[in-house]
Amino acid sequence: MNIKEWIFTTDHKRVGILYLIGSMAAFAIAGVMAMMMRIELSSLGPTITDNPTTYNVWLYSHGAIMILAFQIPALTGFFANFCIPLMIGAKDVAFPRVNALSVWLFYVGVILALLTFFVPDPPDVMWTGYPPYSTITTGNTAFYTFTVLILGFASIIGGVNFLTTVVYMRAPGMGWTKLNIFVWCTLGAFVLQLIFVPVLGTAVTLISLDKYLGTHFFDPTNGGDVLTYQNLFWFYSHPAVYVIFLPFFGVLFEIVATFARNQVFNYKMVVFGGIFGIVALAGVVWVHHLYVSGMADWLRIGMMITTLMISVPVGLMLIGLVGTLYKGSITFETPMLYASGVMFLFLIGGLTGIPLAVPSLTIHLARTYYVVGHFHYVMAVAGTFAIFAGVYYWFPKFTGRMYNEFWGKLGFWITFVGTNIVFWTMMDIGVQGMPRRYYDYAQFPQFVSAHQLMTLGSIILGIGFVIAVVNWIVGAIRGPKAGDNPWGSHSLEWTTVSPPPHGNWPSPPSVAENWTPYGYEKR
Amino acid sequence: MRNLKKLVAAAAGCLISTSIAFAGAYPATAGSGAPPAIKDPAVEWDHLWREVIIDITIIGVVFALITAWLLWRYRRRPGNETGHAPKLSAAAAVAWVVIPTFVFLADDLYIAANGWQLWNVYREVPADRLEISLETGMYSFDYTYPNGLRTQNELKVPAGKPVLLRMTSRDTLHNHFIPDFRVKEDSMPGRITYLWFLPKEAGKQHVVSCAAYCGVMHSYMAGKIVVLSPEDYKAWYDKEGAKLNDTKSAAERATAMPAKKS
Repeated sequence: MNIKEWIFTTDHKRVGILYLIGSMAAFAIAGVMAMMMRIELSSLGPTITDNPTTYNVWLYSHGAIMILAFQIPALTGFFANFCIPLMIGAKDVAFPRVNALSVWLFYVGVILALLTFFVPDPPDVMWTGYPPYSTITTGNTAFYTFTVLILGFASIIGGVNFLTTVVYMRAPGMGWTKLNIFVWCTLGAFVLQLIFVPVLGTAVTLISLDKYLGTHFFDPTNGGDVLTYQNLFWFYSHPAVYVIFLPFFGVLFEIVATFARNQVFNYKMVVFGGIFGIVALAGVVWVHHLYVSGMADWLRIGMMITTLMISVPVGLMLIGLVGTLYKGSITFETPMLYASGVMFLFLIGGLTGIPLAVPSLTIHLARTYYVVGHFHYVMAVAGTFAIFAGVYYWFPKFTGRMYNEFWGKLGFWITFVGTNIVFWTMMDIGVQGMPRRYYDYAQFPQFVSAHQLMTLGSIILGIGFVIAVVNWIVGAIRGPKAGDNPWGSHSLEWTTVSPPPHGNWPSPPSVAENWTPYGYEKR
Repeated sequence: MRNLKKLVAAAAGCLISTSIAFAGAYPATAGSGAPPAIKDPAVEWDHLWREVIIDITIIGVVFALITAWLLWRYRRRPGNETGHAPKLSAAAAVAWVVIPTFVFLADDLYIAANGWQLWNVYREVPADRLEISLETGMYSFDYTYPNGLRTQNELKVPAGKPVLLRMTSRDTLHNHFIPDFRVKEDSMPGRITYLWFLPKEAGKQHVVSCAAYCGVMHSYMAGKIVVLSPEDYKAWYDKEGAKLNDTKSAAERATAMPAKKS
C-alpha cells in the first residue's frame, strides 16, 4: 500500500474510501463534542467548564461538523462514489480528476473545521450563524464562512460529476427504470445540492462581508434586514435535510431488497412519487424553520400546508420500503438489523415532525429540546444508522473481508437502546419547555434528572458506535475473506471481484432485457 | 378488489371529516354581531396538541405493528428461500400511489385546518388588553408600561386581562418564551413583532426565558411574569405611576431652574 497512490488517486472507489475515512474522523470528533456537552449539562451550573463560550463552541462544531463534514460527505461522498459507477456498470466516473479535486477540497474543509479548536477565538455562532450575533461576536465567523464554502464547493463539483456519469455512462441495456433506487435517490440529492448550495454560499459570504468589510446586508440601521439571512440560510438548509434523507433511504432500499431477497415494492411509485415529489417540494417549505422568527403570517400559513404535504412523498417511500418486506425471505445480519432499526426510528422522527409543521403548535415547541429530539430521530440518528448499515453492507465489497457478526449485532442493540433513552427524553422535556442551546438551565431546575438520564443514555449510545467502528477496523485488517457476493445480492456491484480492481470489470458489463437489480425470483 | 373498495371508503371518510373540520375553522358567532368570547391560546394549544398526538400515535403504532409483523412473518425459513412478491398490475400500482396520497392529504388538511384555527387565536389579539412594549438586549427583557413605567426582567400583570407585547431588540436576536403560556416570538432590531397571552391565576409566577441564541450568556437571559389580582395590580400600578410622575416633575424643576437664572 502506497500513501502517494492514495492521495493522487482518481479511482472512484479509493476517492470514496478517502471520503469515508475523513467523514468518520469528523463523526468521531463531533461525537466527542456531543459527549462533552452532555457531561456539562449533567448538573446545574458549571460542570466541566465555567466558560459558556467553550460550551457554545462545542455546540457549534457538533452541529456544523455532523451535518457538513459527516453526514453529507459520507452519503454523497462515500456511498455515491463507491456505489454509483459499480451499480450502473461504468468503469469510473465521468471526470475522475474532478472527483479527486472534490475529495481534496473535502479534506481542506475538514481540516479547517478541526482548526476551530486551535484558533484563539473560535466561532461560536451555532451552525446556523444567524446575524446580528454572527456579525458582532468576537468569535471568528470567517472560519464558519470558509468551512461552509469549501465543503459546498466539494459537494457541487461532486454533483456535476455524478449527474453526468449517470446520464452518459450507464451500461448497455440499463434503462432509467433499471437503476438501483440508491442511484435515483442520489441523483435527487445532487439536483438539490446544485440548486441550493449556491444560496447557502451567498448567505454565509454576506455575513463575513458584513462583519469584516463593513457592508450592511443584515444591519437594519443602514437599510439591511436581519430576516433576509434566515430566509437565505433555510432556503438551502431545509433541502439539505433531503440531501441527507434521500441517499440514506436509498441505502436502506438496497439493504432491505437484498436481505428480503425481494423486488422493491412498486418501484415507479418510489421513484416518480417519492423521490420526484420530495425534490419538487424541497424548495417551498423552508419557512417552517422561521415560524417564530417574525415572518409574515400568510407565509407561515402557506408553508404549513406545503410542509404537511411533504408527508405524501415521504409516506410513499416508507410504503415502498416496508412493502419490500412483503412475501420476502428476510434474514437479520447486521446491515439488515440497522436498516430495520431505522424503519422504527424514522417513523418516530417523521411523525413527531407533524406538530412542527403547524405554526400554532410550533409557537410553543420551536427552539426547545422537542425540536432537537425530533431532528435527531429523523435525520441525525436515522441517517447515521443508515450510514452504519450501508458501511456494514458494502464492507465485504470494499475491503474484501468480513466484519465480526456478533460484535456488529451487539453494537447495534447498544446504540439502539442508548439512542432512544437520549432522544425520547429530549422530546419529553422539550414539550415541557426546556429551550435548546443552553449552557446552563438555572431557571428550569425540574429537568436535572432528565438531563442526567440523557447523559447516561449518550454514554451507552457512544459505546455502541465505538464497538461498530472498532469492528470495522479489525475486520478490514484481519477479517476472514468474504467472497465476491456474500449476501447473494442481484445488483450489479456484486458481480465484480471484492475489492474491485481499477476499472471495476475486466470487460464492461451489459445487462439483459429482463434484468433488474432486484430480480431475485426467476419468472 | 373488495379491499380496494374498503380503502376507497376509508379515504372518502377522511375527506368528509376534513371538510367538517374546515367548516369548524369559521367561528360560530361570525355574522351574529355578538362579541366573541376570549379564547385562551394556552388552553387551545393543549387541546390541539392532544388531538395531534393521538393522531400521530395511531398512525405510528399501526405502521410499527405492520412493519414488525412483516419482519417476523416473512423471516427466512426452510421452504421460503427467496422472495416472491406478487407482480403489481398497472391498476394496483396506481392505486398504491393514489389512495395513500389521498389518505395522507386528508389527514394533513385536517391538521392544517385545526392548526389554522388556533393560529387565528394566537394572532388576533382581543381589543380589551394591556399593551406593553418590550425592548430586548444582551441579556435582559426591558418592559415599558403605557404610563412610561419601566421594569426589567419582571413583568407584573393583572389576572384575567389579555397582555400584548410589542417587541423589538437593540442588539441581537432574542426570543420571549413563556412555557406556561405556550407562546414565543423572536425580537430583532429593525422590526416590531408581537405576541399575546392570557394570565389567569393571581399570585402565580411564570418563567420567561430567551429562546433564540443571542450570545455568550444566552442561557442566563431569563425573567418572570408575576400575576396579580386586578385590585393589587391597580394599586401597584398607580403607586409606581405616581412615583414616576414625582421624579419626572422633580427632574423638570431641577433642569428648569438654572434656565431661569441665565
